[in-house]
Amino acid sequence: MSEEAMAPYRVLDLTDERGLLAGKIFADLGADVIKIERPGGDPARNIGPFYKDVPDPQKSLFWFAYNTGKRSITLNIESCEGQELLKSLVKGADLLVDSFPPGYMDKLGLGYQVLSELNPRLVMTSITPFGQTGPYASWKGPDIVPWAMGCYMWMTGEPGRAPLRISHPPQAYLHASAMAAVGSLMALRYRAMTGEGQHVDVSAQQCPVWMLTHTYAYWDLMKVNLGRQGGWRQFGPTRIRTLWPCKDGYITFMFSGGLIGAKGQQRVVELMDRDGMAPDWLKEIDWEEVDALSATQEALEPITEAFGEFFKTKTKAWLLNEAVAGGIMLAPVNTVKDVAEDTQLKARDYWMDVAHPELGTTIAYPGAPCKLTQTPWRIKGRAPFIGEHNGDIYERELGLSWEELVALKGAGVI
Amino acid sequence: MEEKRPLDGVKILDFTATVLGPTVTRYLADHGATVVRVESMTHPETTRIATPYAGGISGLNRSGYFATYNSGKLSLTLNMRKLKALEIAKRLVEWADVVIESFVPGVMDRWGLSYDEVSEIKPDIIMASTCLQGQTGPHSAHRGYGQMPSAMAGWFELTGWPDGEPVGPYSAYSDWIDWNYLLISILAALDYRSRTGKGQYIDQSQLESAMHFLSPAILDYNINMHVTTRMGNRDSYAAPHGAYRCRGEDRWCVIAVTSDEEWHAFCQVIGNPDWTKERKFATLMARKENEDELDRLVEEWTINLSPEQVMNLMQTAGVPAGVVETAEDLFRDPQLEHRGHFVVLDHTEMGPHSVGTAVFKLSKCPNSPKFAAPLLGEHNEYVLKELLGMSDEEIADLMAEGVLE
Repeated sequence: MSEEAMAPYRVLDLTDERGLLAGKIFADLGADVIKIERPGGDPARNIGPFYKDVPDPQKSLFWFAYNTGKRSITLNIESCEGQELLKSLVKGADLLVDSFPPGYMDKLGLGYQVLSELNPRLVMTSITPFGQTGPYASWKGPDIVPWAMGCYMWMTGEPGRAPLRISHPPQAYLHASAMAAVGSLMALRYRAMTGEGQHVDVSAQQCPVWMLTHTYAYWDLMKVNLGRQGGWRQFGPTRIRTLWPCKDGYITFMFSGGLIGAKGQQRVVELMDRDGMAPDWLKEIDWEEVDALSATQEALEPITEAFGEFFKTKTKAWLLNEAVAGGIMLAPVNTVKDVAEDTQLKARDYWMDVAHPELGTTIAYPGAPCKLTQTPWRIKGRAPFIGEHNGDIYERELGLSWEELVALKGAGVI
Repeated sequence: MEEKRPLDGVKILDFTATVLGPTVTRYLADHGATVVRVESMTHPETTRIATPYAGGISGLNRSGYFATYNSGKLSLTLNMRKLKALEIAKRLVEWADVVIESFVPGVMDRWGLSYDEVSEIKPDIIMASTCLQGQTGPHSAHRGYGQMPSAMAGWFELTGWPDGEPVGPYSAYSDWIDWNYLLISILAALDYRSRTGKGQYIDQSQLESAMHFLSPAILDYNINMHVTTRMGNRDSYAAPHGAYRCRGEDRWCVIAVTSDEEWHAFCQVIGNPDWTKERKFATLMARKENEDELDRLVEEWTINLSPEQVMNLMQTAGVPAGVVETAEDLFRDPQLEHRGHFVVLDHTEMGPHSVGTAVFKLSKCPNSPKFAAPLLGEHNEYVLKELLGMSDEEIADLMAEGVLE
């Protein structure tokens, strides 16, 4: 019988688009996640794309994607009454996640110090561009800024042209949000040992830096600044092609050294030979002996050219099938359409249908990121409407009367 | 006394290699877990035989690629072709709380270390497998590395110039997403186990995890049939938005003007030249329509300044901007220094070298690596003697029989 890994936990989600994924992760693991929106709705609801291309804060697909399984209440935490209501909620919460600029919560009297006095077991996790303190802490950091300052852009793109980010969707804060979930789980574990909560301080800038261990180690150890190489990669003294045109698009494939790549590279030559495209000198190569990563550029060039000519005659789908069957380390460059139609994902029941009764439809969402036998990841339901659960929380849980709710609404608190 | 860490006492048996798995186990080690990496002298793992090497001199214990991903772990070498090596592996399963592996599906089964067998030995074990396309399905045998799921999930298509090739994000991008989901799954499973006493099996398809960072684009296709593609550095909600060439060789600064307020501040910083007053740049929509011209004009200003000057002028005025930092820049970035992002560890053979630390700080416990990466097989004796309680004679026999190679 399956259960939910995070079922006992209550999470207060005060993030904007920079942190929504963290709460979704907890919700999909079974936690009770309450998204606290400003009255009128969270600004992230205005981020496209939109359902049927109609801009509407209740129909943002960005919002849908990263708020599944949450409940929503509205609350103006800049008002005194709002602050008191938040404090009441904090008393019963295990985790609070926010993505406000450093100091904002302190200024409202809602900083970690204050909240931890109300609830010493509270874990508070804050996602910011650069961290809570330091010379850049107060600087602005939309996606492209931490992506640039974390070196990732320097490594991406074509030589001679500007460094590139990933066009869409913005990535830096998805990494920061996922790491916020990791940090929160670490802090919850620490709490289980000691009974004490703590403050987790996530820096978006550090996320790309962590990814680039290889790149910074090059500078640290050899004083070499690697750079962007387009569809190629520099390995020691040689440049190796990673992006190859094929008959109906592109594939990625990379020569590998000795034993690792031998089987697959030999298989490509066999396939070429079947079509009469393998010259004798290519067939004579013993791939277990050729360490393609340390071969000379001169030796690699004719091989690259021969492989390239062959790939151009085959489709992505054909090449993928041969890759799986023959141990070739090759993969197609897919569009979202290819992904939606992928047979492996279907065979593994990856897609999760989520009901949107108000839209009269169900929508297929990316499903469990990992398959857990005992506590499966599961989308509990669609993203909430603005303040959809005000009644649940304010009336039934905090015991406010209907009159009090009307008054709070009139005063712009909820 | 050493300060407590969240995973103190948690034991990890690590059969992973290269980037994704070792990152997961490094985070676990940094937070207090004891990690035993099972390696092989006959097939040293890829990153041990890859550049960059300390001092440019190659060697199994000299790669910075390996050292950065494996700080704070123990290394045990086993030749899994030997029966006795399999027996040691099974005794380590008994010792462990979590077993993690990243082979092509089938390898662990061949060694008698499938989840069924492992949970027979230790019923509450948590076992995690990560591979390209998952343990089941028609493509489960797909071999490879992180560049491949990045291409399959869609990132290549979404990274590049509209008039250029789908160059993709640098290197094994999907690994860097996937390690989050594997870590989270393991931590959640540990939490569940501490409440219920139940272990479980975790099957990660790297493709499936990675797609969570593309969800809006996927929903846009599933609902609206839009096939999103690459658009350089452009953004639907900001202009100017991109990397602009600055003074110096291949130096760049990004600028992102995301509101009218930031546009006015931007204009002021660049001295309110006449072109900023033209109607074609007055609103976001107008700037988006004339973005090629806008970008040229912005670059006419940035080209005369260093990227640091552009960043400082803009940020001081409240306009988002940042230097496109190189690896060298990271080591002199005052913010990263303030955060203590890099620590210097003294490696037995490489000497002192820099290692990045966790992207989050915990207010009550340390989380940087306790020691440098291990030499290949450095902890054979420690693991066999201290963790498994073997005698010197037994260990000598294992060595003589080539089990520890």
